Amino acid sequence: MNPFQSFLDKLHDTFIVDDRWTYLTNGLKITLIVTFFAALLGIVLGFLIAIVRSTYAKTGKLRILNFLAKLYLTVIRGTPVLVQLMIIYFVIFASFNVSKIFVAIMAFGLNSAAYVAEIVRSGIMSIDNGQFEAGASLGLNYPKTMIHIILPQALRNILPALANEFIVLLKETSVAGNIALNDLTKGGDIIRSATYEAFLPLIAVALIYLAMVMILSRLVALLERRLAKSDLR
Amino acid sequence: MICVENLTKAYGDLQVLKGISTTIEKGEKVVVIGPSGSGKSTFLRCLNLLEKPTSGKISFEGRELTAMKEKELYAVREKMGMVFQHFHLFPHLTIRKNITLAPVKLGLMPQADADKKAEELLRKVGLFDKADQYPNQLSGGQKQRIAIARSLAMNPDVILFDEPTSALDPEMVGEVLSLMRELADEGMTMVVVTHEMGFAREVASRVMFMDGGYIVEENAPQEFFTNPQNPRLKEFLSRVL
Repeated sequence: MNPFQSFLDKLHDTFIVDDRWTYLTNGLKITLIVTFFAALLGIVLGFLIAIVRSTYAKTGKLRILNFLAKLYLTVIRGTPVLVQLMIIYFVIFASFNVSKIFVAIMAFGLNSAAYVAEIVRSGIMSIDNGQFEAGASLGLNYPKTMIHIILPQALRNILPALANEFIVLLKETSVAGNIALNDLTKGGDIIRSATYEAFLPLIAVALIYLAMVMILSRLVALLERRLAKSDLR
Repeated sequence: MICVENLTKAYGDLQVLKGISTTIEKGEKVVVIGPSGSGKSTFLRCLNLLEKPTSGKISFEGRELTAMKEKELYAVREKMGMVFQHFHLFPHLTIRKNITLAPVKLGLMPQADADKKAEELLRKVGLFDKADQYPNQLSGGQKQRIAIARSLAMNPDVILFDEPTSALDPEMVGEVLSLMRELADEGMTMVVVTHEMGFAREVASRVMFMDGGYIVEENAPQEFFTNPQNPRLKEFLSRVL
């Protein structure tokens, strides 16, 4: 039998027999769902934390919230996401019958929020204080100045760092198999254990992650170009 | 219109303002001069409470700013325009949006009315063709004229100018000063911190000399420049004129 024919057989065996490719497509679906909603949770919570922290830094208000935010960042950034995931699943929700997807979204979202918060805070603090003063001198209060003047500029500056965080998040969800969630990585692993063939399923999984990241990067590049309009000289 | 009583400001141990009292009437054009570090910019920034005074009272149109809740303070600032040395235009917004942002977001006028007002102001400052450009596409002098238009969009009762020409290339100083002169002629109340002695002499109704955290001397420009009393002012004028 020639090597090409044996490769085709393996391919057939790995992906076609018993519709094994559906482990990958179903897994990808779960990976994308978890990543999308975790990113959403991370953005919302991360922005709130960043606003609390920078408001405290700029005005001295929100002292207690700032303390809580700092505590949160310390704990979340100080422990591995896999440990957090397992604590949420096996400890916090141990006695509840709760969907694994929901648990994964919570764990990865709460984790990502800590990193998003620091990225957004660095963006806010990088804006010249004169912008706050210009807002104030026009009668715009702190929240209005923040929303209309500071955040749009900060967002543009931090876009590459935020994109990076979401790329990391997408790949980090690959540990969700530890709570028996059948995500993309787990899907490849199931095929491997069924066929005793490691190369093809794992390479397929890697290629799918790579493709996702490349698409995400492309989307961010487009967004960056749109936001860079005001940079024209 | 603006009444300052015993204003002091300290940053830690550094006493910048050591007791300033003065009154600025409606329609006055007060020019504040003095060596750097004399506290003149700090004084100006205290007038709309961008700097919080350490002690003393500041009143605007009969209301005491230093005793106000923050919410009321923002409402007062709508009527006190400010023009900064480094312009502080909003770089992410077009020139038109720079001018209309505050009136619209504060609910003072709908976008259409604000746009009309912005057009009017852009014609006034001679930059009508720049409405849809971004601040980075303008020269320094143009940016400062836009900053003035932006503060005018709020229909302020007074405009505070914090060294409005100090960051400009020399050939652009004139266009900004002539716009300020135009405002002065229209009766706008102005407080101007500047190093432009010619402007002080020609436009001011009163010139104020600050040194070491005090107002050392103030007078009508004619008297101020031809017959200075205080030795420090004499020395300062001999160096800058």
